[in-house]
Amino acid sequence: MTSIVKPRIVHHGLSRNRLGLTIRDYEGGMSTLCAGCGHDSVTAAIIQALFELAVPPHRVAKMSGIGCSSKTPAYFLGASHSFNAVHGRMPSIATGAAAANRELYLLGVSGDGDSLSIGLGQFAHAVRRNIDMLYIIENNGVYGLTKGQFSASADIGTAAKRGEVNEQPPIDPVQLTMALGGTFVARSFSGDKDQLVPLIKAGMRHEGFAMIDVLSPCVTFNDHEASTKSYQYTREHSHEVMHTDFVPPMPGIRVAYEEGEVVPITMHDGSRLLLRKVSDDYDPHSRGAAIEYIRTHQRKGEIVTGLLFVDESEPDMHGINSTTGMPLNELGFRSLCPGKRRLASLQRRYR
Amino acid sequence: MDPTKTEGTEYFHRVVDCQWACPAHTDVPEYIRLIAQGRFTDAYMLNRESNVFPGILGRVCDRPCEPACRRGRVEDKAVAICRLKRVAADNRDDIRDRLPQAPHVSNGKRIALVGAGCASLTVANDLIPLGYECVIFEALDTPGGLMRTNIPAFRLPASVLDEEIAYIVDMGVDLRLSHPIESMRALLEEDFDAVFVGSGAPKGKELRLPGRDDTDRIHIGIQWLESIAFGHVSSVGERVLIIGVGNTAMDCCRSSLRLGAKDVKVMARKPRAFFKASDWELEDAEEERVEIVVNHSPRAFLIEDGKLVGMKFDVVEYEFDDRGAIRDSRIVDEATFPCDDVVLAIGQENAFPWVERGIGIEFDKWDVPIVDETTYESTLKGVFFGGDAAFGPKNIIWAVEHGHQAAISIHKYCEGLSLTDRLPRGVNLTTAKMGIHEWSYSNDYDPAGRRIMPHVDLRKRFRKLNIEVELGFTADDAAAEVERCLNCDLQTVFAADLCIECDACIDICPVDCLTITHNGDADSIEANLRTARLNAEQALYVSGPLKHTSRVMVKDENLCVHCGLCAERCPTGAWDMQKSTVVIPYASDEASRDQQLCQITRKAG
Repeated sequence: MTSIVKPRIVHHGLSRNRLGLTIRDYEGGMSTLCAGCGHDSVTAAIIQALFELAVPPHRVAKMSGIGCSSKTPAYFLGASHSFNAVHGRMPSIATGAAAANRELYLLGVSGDGDSLSIGLGQFAHAVRRNIDMLYIIENNGVYGLTKGQFSASADIGTAAKRGEVNEQPPIDPVQLTMALGGTFVARSFSGDKDQLVPLIKAGMRHEGFAMIDVLSPCVTFNDHEASTKSYQYTREHSHEVMHTDFVPPMPGIRVAYEEGEVVPITMHDGSRLLLRKVSDDYDPHSRGAAIEYIRTHQRKGEIVTGLLFVDESEPDMHGINSTTGMPLNELGFRSLCPGKRRLASLQRRYR
Repeated sequence: MDPTKTEGTEYFHRVVDCQWACPAHTDVPEYIRLIAQGRFTDAYMLNRESNVFPGILGRVCDRPCEPACRRGRVEDKAVAICRLKRVAADNRDDIRDRLPQAPHVSNGKRIALVGAGCASLTVANDLIPLGYECVIFEALDTPGGLMRTNIPAFRLPASVLDEEIAYIVDMGVDLRLSHPIESMRALLEEDFDAVFVGSGAPKGKELRLPGRDDTDRIHIGIQWLESIAFGHVSSVGERVLIIGVGNTAMDCCRSSLRLGAKDVKVMARKPRAFFKASDWELEDAEEERVEIVVNHSPRAFLIEDGKLVGMKFDVVEYEFDDRGAIRDSRIVDEATFPCDDVVLAIGQENAFPWVERGIGIEFDKWDVPIVDETTYESTLKGVFFGGDAAFGPKNIIWAVEHGHQAAISIHKYCEGLSLTDRLPRGVNLTTAKMGIHEWSYSNDYDPAGRRIMPHVDLRKRFRKLNIEVELGFTADDAAAEVERCLNCDLQTVFAADLCIECDACIDICPVDCLTITHNGDADSIEANLRTARLNAEQALYVSGPLKHTSRVMVKDENLCVHCGLCAERCPTGAWDMQKSTVVIPYASDEASRDQQLCQITRKAG
């Protein structure tokens, strides 16, 4: 009998993280995506990053909408919370989840269709509210589930598998997020885990909305020679400007680097990002300059990747709204129901 | 690193650890699959091709395949390869119509074979179908050699031995029993085209200590076992000491229990890590309540009034270095063990009092004949050695391999061809892909543990000397055990020019044995592996440059479970699972090549 299920083998070469878990404990069900799909590599990168961060799987809530990308939360973290929302409506559900339990790690996985077409409005408001979550867009430029029509992120001039050429301008999730005030904006490639894994770790630790646009080729409908989102095209045209190393908060550990070579950024939990400049003329702290840089290079046909913008100073949704510091399910009856008198005094304020 | 060369025979053969470790290169994964399909007779015949005695070896083989088995590295316990061989033998149908037969007309060549043990029988098995007349001279009145005299019947029943020897003898061996060869010179003067010596290593080592010659209750292990096998010895004292801790010692201690001994101790000079006996033989002896005493070095036999009453030992303490080797030792005490009999099982050697010196067969400084390791020819043309007679005591499976190789040499010698111009081994590869999500083998990883061999109840097994202790696997055991085989001969074959570096294979690999990395020296590649390299003896496959980034695909063969998921997930077919068949040439292959060459020459002429 032929089996296509990944067997769970706890072999002698497996290492364990701080929680005593192996990487196998961060895996999920068997993927039903096409063989060679970029999304499976993003899944593997998420598994790797969460294993290395030693995030307890039961503290994660996986959020997704509809599409090939949105199926993938079934393929990692089999012991986590998960919500598969209506098409394009995942940001609202995530907002609600974030409001209810600020101690969960929210990990949204969406696609170019789910976030840039039907769900664009929802997406925009999640950025604007600076929800504390990691939002990964698995971007392949086509609607894979419905046989490969162009999506809103298809580039001008790219051709579909049958030859039609796209003439409408694309929505670039990176520029969009920056324009909407996003506080952590990155772009990466499913085929480059050296870059993607540290970005996922950093995004998980960022307090606020962290968006990673991952170019993730559709091996079935958009991996041909005339495509601008194929494995080969992406490899040839991507241009890393900022390489990120993620350093977890470990007292006593000093990381050696030359002054000027690296931009260190301290995260809220004490972990640090070491941004190594690959391009001298790039500044990840200036929103305007970053957008300008990305646009200029886009015109030259280059795909700028890396951690493109980060701002650790902006408050997230809870900060803006001064909400309670505890998850709502942990509040006692007395705090949740302060009584008739308190209600009456509250109502008086609005009379 | 340069791309790994997989074109020759060695790379893919080595991946099949069991087959590589087997001296006769038995195609283990293939016969296990045949058993899984219920094709016991086919599994038996496949075994017989390489190891000639599947029923015998399925019980008493030294099993070099099992320590090599990959399953033992992935988890803890190897596949029970040897026991599965017995499953094939136990459940086979009558195979006599599938055996090769002697041609109606002999080729006129006569071969003398000295000793009717496994080496000579293998030579006869390979040469008789080619038309050779084989005459086996055996000193005893029954064939089998050490398989019969030194392996007790409770491990290897006589019926099994008789049946598999008969397969060969019935092909037309001229078997002359009770016919010891007393002079090589005389044998050479007879009308034989070649002589093969497969007379074993029949001399047990002595232990010269005070008191050795003052009693008749000290026995030499292999001779004592032979006396038991032929019914000359049928009892032993209540307290028996066995000196030595090899496999012969295990047979001696377990035989003692069956002859009436109540208190049997195996006396070892060194600690357990240095025991020569196989683990499973030690386990079986200890299950029968044999006590193994370590760090006792024999000093004297104690005789009182002409009667053996005990033995005196030095108690030794050892110092070890970092690798566990003995660095130093000192005597810390002495101890006396009372006993009625002592059996010496401290090794054996080959002895050739019947080979005259000065007739062209040269001996080395240990008085052992000089034998070529490829051709098995002695320094006298046309005289070949094999089995324990060639390079000292080894085991049955080595003797079988010697027999195969000596048969090739004898054929070439008789044809007047160069002995060293031998057919090379080959490897054939065929894809195992049958369709979408369909492979021609059971690729699922079964986490089941190794099955335990059922044994005869401890109270029952000592009643008679020849009650076979191991009962053989039940149908359920066999069905479960076959699924533990990882099918290492289903090779992962990579085509670098097809790879688009999508990482699908790396992500799916359940043992993290694949890596795509920048090429560099061995150290830098090893540093980048997804899982640290745990076994430097296992190959590291490095592909040619991949077309998008010039990086390389690296595979650490050590833990690969051959599940085929890399090939299953590959969108371009860069990975494929291909069944490898190692082609081992035998005398018959050499003969058909010679025939073809002959025809070509004749046509050309």
